[in-house]
Amino acid sequence: MRYPRRTSARADRFFAGLVASAGYFVLFALAGAAISMFWGGREAITTFGFDFFTSSNWDVGAGQFGAAVAIFGTLVSATIAMLIAVPISFGIALFLTEVAPNWLRGPVAAAIELLAGIPSIIYGMWGLFVLAPYLGEHIYPWVNDNLGELPLIGALFQGPPIGIGLLTAGLVLAVMVIPFTSSVMREVFLTVPTRLKESAYALGSTKWEVAWDIVLPYTRTAVIGGVFLGLGRALGETMAVTFVIGNAYNISASLLEPGTSIASSIANEFAEAVDPLHKSALLALGFVLFVITFVVLSISRLMLRQLKRREGTV
Amino acid sequence: MSESSNLHRWRAIKNQIALVLSGAAALFGLFWLTWILWTTLSRGIGAINWALFTQMTPPPNEEGGLLNAFAGSAVMCLMAIAIGAPIGVAAGTYLAEYANFRKIGHTIRFVNDILLSAPSIVLGLFVYTLVVATTGQFSAIAGSIALALIVLPVVVRTTDDMLRLVPSQMREAALSLGVPQWKVTVQILYRGALGGIVTGVLLALARISGETAPLLFTAFSSQYWSLDLTQPMSNVPVVVFQYAASPYESWQQLAWAGAFMLTMFVLVLGICARLILLRNRIANE
Repeated sequence: MRYPRRTSARADRFFAGLVASAGYFVLFALAGAAISMFWGGREAITTFGFDFFTSSNWDVGAGQFGAAVAIFGTLVSATIAMLIAVPISFGIALFLTEVAPNWLRGPVAAAIELLAGIPSIIYGMWGLFVLAPYLGEHIYPWVNDNLGELPLIGALFQGPPIGIGLLTAGLVLAVMVIPFTSSVMREVFLTVPTRLKESAYALGSTKWEVAWDIVLPYTRTAVIGGVFLGLGRALGETMAVTFVIGNAYNISASLLEPGTSIASSIANEFAEAVDPLHKSALLALGFVLFVITFVVLSISRLMLRQLKRREGTV
Repeated sequence: MSESSNLHRWRAIKNQIALVLSGAAALFGLFWLTWILWTTLSRGIGAINWALFTQMTPPPNEEGGLLNAFAGSAVMCLMAIAIGAPIGVAAGTYLAEYANFRKIGHTIRFVNDILLSAPSIVLGLFVYTLVVATTGQFSAIAGSIALALIVLPVVVRTTDDMLRLVPSQMREAALSLGVPQWKVTVQILYRGALGGIVTGVLLALARISGETAPLLFTAFSSQYWSLDLTQPMSNVPVVVFQYAASPYESWQQLAWAGAFMLTMFVLVLGICARLILLRNRIANE
């Protein structure tokens, strides 16, 4: 009797060790990614020092590399995307949880979730071949003529109507991010206890008042978590942006001018980079992107987790 | 009296405006997504023909197909699943069965969630320094590893979630009969969670089949038919990227055909995954 028990104890230990090492592998994957990029980028950072982050001079021929343009483009395009995507996603989530008739809610939610799975390269091709020409021909000339004259914000909208640039990149990103943020918000809104909402209705609240004064305050942290999740996606998105941002190292006040982002610089240049310093600079850019998205995604997860804890399902 | 009825009217109007706006937002969101889908369908269907599946990627301005790209994508996606899914299932098992309420479990879950939404190009850079820089050349193996790193968190998450849905009475009943824990996990819990785990693998496959960024400098691409895993390998997303950005009409046509096939594949897989999940849920109830 003792023999089989001992082998089964050994098998148990072996299995536990096996799955534990797989669990630790997840940690290794993320840490390894961070370390490898930092290590690969150290040459660029030691060569240029802190100037690497503040210089806007990226000249492959002259061996000068400054990350400011790419960081600027990444932040601006993601900000434009979120400014559009957040209100729209809130509207969609509200529509799918409070407004739409029941038979419509399931199919529309499923359709939006399916569309979230479409590869980003498709969004990029659509942006380049369909959206950018349309904007360049019909919308941007109007924007330039009418908004370009305004005080203060006018400078944002002056520029050649070529169709590609930071604003177009932001628009394509917004369309990409909407399915993500709206489905997170929808799921979050569904967690609001019915009795809370019904109490408010019983006191005579309108649907909007229930949404704004009951649902939103109850879910505030998780909603912000969902917004940050979308922001993390927008910051790191590569293919959709590469097609439409213009890939020019140029900082300008105008959103209609072409620019570049961290991810699109890496995608365009890394495979062809021969100069070790160039490669190192791109790896350092990758590290910067990693740090930015890590912070944004951590905030997002912590905020989404708070909601789960309240539900008691951690 | 009139003041309160004014207030009432104002609240009603505000409500109406908000509801109309929310409907408009839903329409607006769906409008863009339908537009994208329509573009892919209308431009893609025209470019579909028999040669697409029987001929190799052509030089500029010549007729050809995407046969080598399809084959390369299939090889690399399957290898990525073969590498990523077992590790993912094991790590998910660790989280659900061994580290559920421990600190290390929370840490791994947190890191896994970050990995789940980390920019895929960053994983491409990681595998580049890990594999391509050390072996000295782009290879299909490097591409598969980069894709496996995307499969991993998806499978970890679904395995973890699905195992925790299995009622603990099942575990207790089996353990009280003297079955060792690893047998309980492999023979009882996995059976209960199988549908969910398969769904996770399908969703992971859907996600990697269109991933371009991590392949750009790991598998790179190739003009030719090649199944040598130590060499650069052609694949649909990178070919679509290169051809779409090219000035040649015939290449752009092929890019749309590739984009159409990718979209269809992803949508069909997504629907299949949801059907499996739905059937499981009904069977459980």
